[in-house]
Amino acid sequence: MSSVAQPVARPLRRRRDGALSLGVTTGYLSVIVLIPMAALLLRSLEGGAGAFWDAVTDPQAVAALKLTFVISLGVVLINAVAGTVIAWVLVRDSFRGKSLVNALIDLPFALPTIVAGLTLLALYGPKSPVGVNVAYTTAAIVLALLFVTLPFVVRTVQPVLLELDRDMEEAAQSLGATSFQTFRRIVFPNLFPAILSGTALGFARSLGEFGSVVLISGNQPFKTEVASVYIFGQIESDNITGAAAVSVVLLLASLAVLLSIGGLRRWATRHDN
Amino acid sequence: MLRLIALGYLAALLIVPVGLVVYRAFEDGIGAFIESITTPEALHALWLTIVIALIAVPMNTVFGIFCALAIVRRKFPGHGLVNSVVDLPLALSPVVVGLALVLVYGRQGWWGGWLIDNGFQVIFALPGMVLATIFVSLPFVVREVVPVLREIGDEQEEASATLGASPWQTFWRVTLPAIRWGVLYGVVLTTARALGEFGAVSVVSGRIAGRTETMTLHVEERYQAFEIQDAYAASVVLAVLAVATLLVMTLLRREET
Repeated sequence: MSSVAQPVARPLRRRRDGALSLGVTTGYLSVIVLIPMAALLLRSLEGGAGAFWDAVTDPQAVAALKLTFVISLGVVLINAVAGTVIAWVLVRDSFRGKSLVNALIDLPFALPTIVAGLTLLALYGPKSPVGVNVAYTTAAIVLALLFVTLPFVVRTVQPVLLELDRDMEEAAQSLGATSFQTFRRIVFPNLFPAILSGTALGFARSLGEFGSVVLISGNQPFKTEVASVYIFGQIESDNITGAAAVSVVLLLASLAVLLSIGGLRRWATRHDN
Repeated sequence: MLRLIALGYLAALLIVPVGLVVYRAFEDGIGAFIESITTPEALHALWLTIVIALIAVPMNTVFGIFCALAIVRRKFPGHGLVNSVVDLPLALSPVVVGLALVLVYGRQGWWGGWLIDNGFQVIFALPGMVLATIFVSLPFVVREVVPVLREIGDEQEEASATLGASPWQTFWRVTLPAIRWGVLYGVVLTTARALGEFGAVSVVSGRIAGRTETMTLHVEERYQAFEIQDAYAASVVLAVLAVATLLVMTLLRREET
């Protein structure tokens, strides 16, 4: 990452400005994020630890959480490979329309998730013009999650690949390494932290995905119901404790992923300074 | 070969599905499309979506700049916590966001009852939808501005302060011009997220057609009502907004370098 030296602390000025920015920041974050998160946590524990455990181990909740974690893991692994290939093609290859393709990579970020779900349903649903109908199956959930997590690995790997010194690769090749060996021994180790951090971000996103899945998955309990849809259903049927408990599981998983990405960044840049 | 795989994957996952929806939306002619998106419900949904974005985006822009300044320029207890909390909306399920807001601002929530008794309804009304949208689109300006602030350092700000500028003058004349591309980029991303939010708004809005239905909720409602043509048409409106976002982003990136 950036190796720009951190500005040295200058205590004299520090006291004067910035009190405002700190006040606004903590106030805003509290009202918008922290207080609602605290309310969620307290609500999930309202009936005691036993009630929390009962809510989380409800068979339908367990099935939804299991499905979500397993599919998310599979999806991000596929996109780790596909994303690396796409980033490679965008950086090393040249063809007409490349900049257009490059801009399109961000489409899943920009397109509303409900629209993403609808578009996949149009092509891979009951009225598919190509005769592929995966609607209301786990394959449909996989498709939706592949769609929404596509940009993560591409966008983390691309800048690293752009900055990668080609001299090393050329040296390896002139020493007789095959192109696969060069990739495995030279390129891949350099890309690995970026691939991992993109994959982790995609995983966090997958765990909580709702909009793109809700139309195409059919939401059948025990079969195609992901965690977010389960929570939504519990809210609708007024089982707030159950919804809050499973929400807390997702919240903890997101936090764990975020913290490990932070750790990963520090590890990847450990030689920079 | 790799190019073929990469482009094939993108075509199957992105390009063909989106293209097909555009085709389907116009299948019955442009008249049918216009009719679909000019029903009172659709127009109200579009208007509501824009109103929410017009409130949420400026708020998150101002907050984003303050927050980035606090993260980069100050050392304070809880620094790491603020840094992580800012990223949380990126990783959290929108449904969980909605539920958390209901637990604070809903009738049974911490303050919701009191607020309703005083004539201020948050959940199932505009303020709740704005709150949900602010929550999910909160990180973008911060995340775009933080690296820019790190890179420019604070020598120029120091110089300006030494020459007698007030902190406010320094901010307007030195800091803001230096980070403007980062801010703009963040604003574009925030807007895209705000226009497209579905899950969190779905939980807090109550989804009353013609009252608390945004464009994304309208898409779902039309689909569930088997009015697929209407759903496709509304989707195309949202897709056009998304493509416009991509365009602005690409232009900004070019301008910046």
